[in-house]
Amino acid sequence: MSLVFLGALSHAPGIVGRADQADAAAKDGFYAGLGRMREALEAAKPDALVVIGAEHFANFFMDNMPAYAIGMAEHYEGPIEDEDWLKIKRGRIPGNPGLSLRLIRSIMNDVDLAYAEEWKFDHGIMVPLHFLTPCYDLPIVPVNINCQGPPLTPLHRAWAFGEALRKACDAAPERIAVVGTGGISHWPATPDSGKINETWDREFLDRWVRGDREALLSYTDEDTYREAGQGGFEIRTFIPIAAAARGAPAEVWFYQPIPIFAVGCTVAVVKLDA
Amino acid sequence: MSLYALQKFIYHLNRDPDLQARFKTDRAGAVAPYEFTEEERQAVLGGDVGLLYVLGVNGQLLMHFAALEGMPWADYIQSMRDGVDRYGPVRAGIYAMTTRQDEKVAGV
Repeated sequence: MSLVFLGALSHAPGIVGRADQADAAAKDGFYAGLGRMREALEAAKPDALVVIGAEHFANFFMDNMPAYAIGMAEHYEGPIEDEDWLKIKRGRIPGNPGLSLRLIRSIMNDVDLAYAEEWKFDHGIMVPLHFLTPCYDLPIVPVNINCQGPPLTPLHRAWAFGEALRKACDAAPERIAVVGTGGISHWPATPDSGKINETWDREFLDRWVRGDREALLSYTDEDTYREAGQGGFEIRTFIPIAAAARGAPAEVWFYQPIPIFAVGCTVAVVKLDA
Repeated sequence: MSLYALQKFIYHLNRDPDLQARFKTDRAGAVAPYEFTEEERQAVLGGDVGLLYVLGVNGQLLMHFAALEGMPWADYIQSMRDGVDRYGPVRAGIYAMTTRQDEKVAGV
């Protein structure tokens, strides 16, 4: 088995950029959860980390919007955001184009994909990397699922993508870690920023930890928009993780709404060996 | 309504340091290739985040634009509320405000 780590976490820019404005106990608890995730990731000794993100128009725009895209570059750059605003220094992040190519070829049997040999990371990938591989010494394979510019991929396709990714990882000799990164309910970048539907989030996470395909795929975008905001469309980044788990149970290591971070802050890990 | 062009300009600006440098010194020149309405042009030239929000610019694009303008987070949130006050509800897109005008959701 070459999938050695599987998890999900939040990526909101405020998590780093506005850390000083947060309730200290809440922030410390969340950061401890992220630290625990980094330790678990390192203990799995991965050769590469696949990050399934929901980028925010750093690379992909409505002139040519892929539903799914995978990076295939030697290296990536990020963040595109102002460094002082995000409080993450700009840097170069290593890729692994050979591994990317093999994953892409395998996944294409099941899901149509775009690939990208250039990719500038925004907070959607940089915030997770800031916590999980802060020295940028682990090769990254970025994946994007369009969660920003409707029409969006149906949830059952996000599940199929997760299954295809798992199949591709299993066929690779490398030790591969995969994380999905998105918000659950949130209304980011609006005057509503900070609004979080905790009940909705906990219900979603309950379905997610159980890997309940039917329950996860039963959300409609209309309901999600109404109850979980436009940010709720990012559940598309969690769903492939549940699919890739193939029934292995997951655990939520941390969940708490932190309004100044604009999201219910989440750290969750699949128990692959359970 | 050329919201598409407006958002495309902000998309380019957010990711292109050369365009950012030009925008700093020559705003009118930087936006010249884009087909904006006069209202959109004025919103960009004036850095009017409230109007850009009301015009329907995607919040993720707008947030990065505001950061580029050096706008602190609390001012960014307030600018959007002021925009709704001044120009009315969000006219397009999926980023409509759902809270009360006087509600500071995250305390800012």
